Amino acid sequence: MKLGKNERKTTFLLITIPILALFICFNTIPLIRGVIYSFTNFKGFGKYDWVGFRNYIDLFSDLRVGKSYWFTFKLAIVTTVVVNVLSLLLALALNSSIKAKSFFRGAYFLPNILGALVVGYIFNYFFTYILPAVADMIGIDALRTSILSNPSAAWIGIMVVCAWQAIAMNTIIYISGLQTVPEDVYEAGGLDGATGWKQFKYLTFPLIIPFFSINMVLCVKNFLMVFDQIMALTKGGPAQSTESISYLIYNNGMSGGQFGFQSANAVVFFIVIVAVSVAQMKFSGKKEEQL
Amino acid sequence: MTIKKTNKAAMIVLILGLSTIILPLYMTLVIAFKQPSEMTNSISGILSLPKAWSLNNFREAMEVTDFWRSLRNSLLITVSTVALSIAVHSLMGYALGRNKSHSKFYSFVYLFIVSGMFVPFAILMMPLAKQTAELGLANWFGVILLYVVFYMPMNVLLYSGYLVNIPMALEEAAKVDGASTWRTYWKIIFPIMKPMHATVAVLTALAVWNDVMTPLVIMAGSGQNTLPLAQLNFQSQFGTNYNLAFASYLLSLIPILIFYIVCQKQILNGVVNGAVK
Repeated sequence: MKLGKNERKTTFLLITIPILALFICFNTIPLIRGVIYSFTNFKGFGKYDWVGFRNYIDLFSDLRVGKSYWFTFKLAIVTTVVVNVLSLLLALALNSSIKAKSFFRGAYFLPNILGALVVGYIFNYFFTYILPAVADMIGIDALRTSILSNPSAAWIGIMVVCAWQAIAMNTIIYISGLQTVPEDVYEAGGLDGATGWKQFKYLTFPLIIPFFSINMVLCVKNFLMVFDQIMALTKGGPAQSTESISYLIYNNGMSGGQFGFQSANAVVFFIVIVAVSVAQMKFSGKKEEQL
Repeated sequence: MTIKKTNKAAMIVLILGLSTIILPLYMTLVIAFKQPSEMTNSISGILSLPKAWSLNNFREAMEVTDFWRSLRNSLLITVSTVALSIAVHSLMGYALGRNKSHSKFYSFVYLFIVSGMFVPFAILMMPLAKQTAELGLANWFGVILLYVVFYMPMNVLLYSGYLVNIPMALEEAAKVDGASTWRTYWKIIFPIMKPMHATVAVLTALAVWNDVMTPLVIMAGSGQNTLPLAQLNFQSQFGTNYNLAFASYLLSLIPILIFYIVCQKQILNGVVNGAVK
């Protein structure tokens, strides 16, 4: 028996140690190296010196970095709201008694499986040629030129593309939430006069709050890290109005000679992501407790 | 039970909504088949059906983007990552899941790995570009290795969560028969986790297949492309020949579309399982 116990312990260690080593090697070590680079003036090649906290101090006075945070958060918040409202509506429709239910569910999930980069390219064409042509036809002056070339509207184009794909995912999650609501809840509610909007507000929504939390966390995290859509639609332009944080780190860090400075940016970004995620989980944890 | 009437309002909303999904795909299809001379600046010119359904654009796009090589790379990377993820992450999920409740070491390792979920690629990308170059891993093999690391937090969480439902008694019975832990795992536990393997396979495959950033950062100098990376790298070569570009986009979407049509049910289940757990 004792031999058996030791055998089990040894096996578990032999499984855990190499896999943990792999994880440390390609996740923890690069993370630490990133933090170390953030205290240097490394350009990505050649010699470098320690600069202490200078990168961090510069970061907070750098207009371009500030702009990218503003853009990324604006995009993440607006897209999250748009996506969740629309997916909830779609999920309610898809969960009601309709014909060809499985066809609709399958079709509505389609955008999610397509690569974001290629979807971005397709929409790029749509915004550049199709939308202006439509605007021309029906006479909307504001849309006669591509919104992607307008510094104050380009972010809306990116929002649309992000939403187009994310709605598919969130809808499917809301549907699985709606399916957990038992039919007799509605029947009992109906007797008390809860129908339509009232039914949704007092019965349905409170019961699917856990799914709402999942969607919020997924959305915010994904949109804060937005990259492919930027690459395909605007490459950060026009006039650097759509540079997301990830895009700025990639662009200036990998090829712009700001390896050290953008490492500091990445460290701050990491802290921001952790803070936002933890805050969201605390908040949604509290909400669920109240029920 | 009363017989339910079809919800007409919902049907109308759904049909209208569907057009926003079909329109971009329809646009891709017709533009991919047209000749540049057929493209006029009016809507009807862009969206009308092509005069002839010729495959010439596709043939040319395949040549320009070296389609078959990119497809081979994408398949190689995705299939290897999925196979390795199922083997490695389920083992890790098993080791951690079975021990984290009574061992400080294992519960620390579990938290350590799962919290890797919060590490954005942006902070790893520059050090990893350096590190993979130093180790001679700036190629498809390095990309696979990195994916196995990147998806470990999520998959370990899923596997060890699933393990809670598998009673210890099953393992103990095998032990009485004299089987080693290793053997018991592969003979009994691994097959029982099949539903979770499907979830992990779907989530990992979709994420890897469509990922641009990792191959872009790691494989940029290797002269190799994945399907999405090829779209990015050859974008400038298409110039204003949108027909060629769209043929190439469509080509890169076809494999995943086929996969979706064939395994739609498993994909939807997998995605929901992964997100909800």
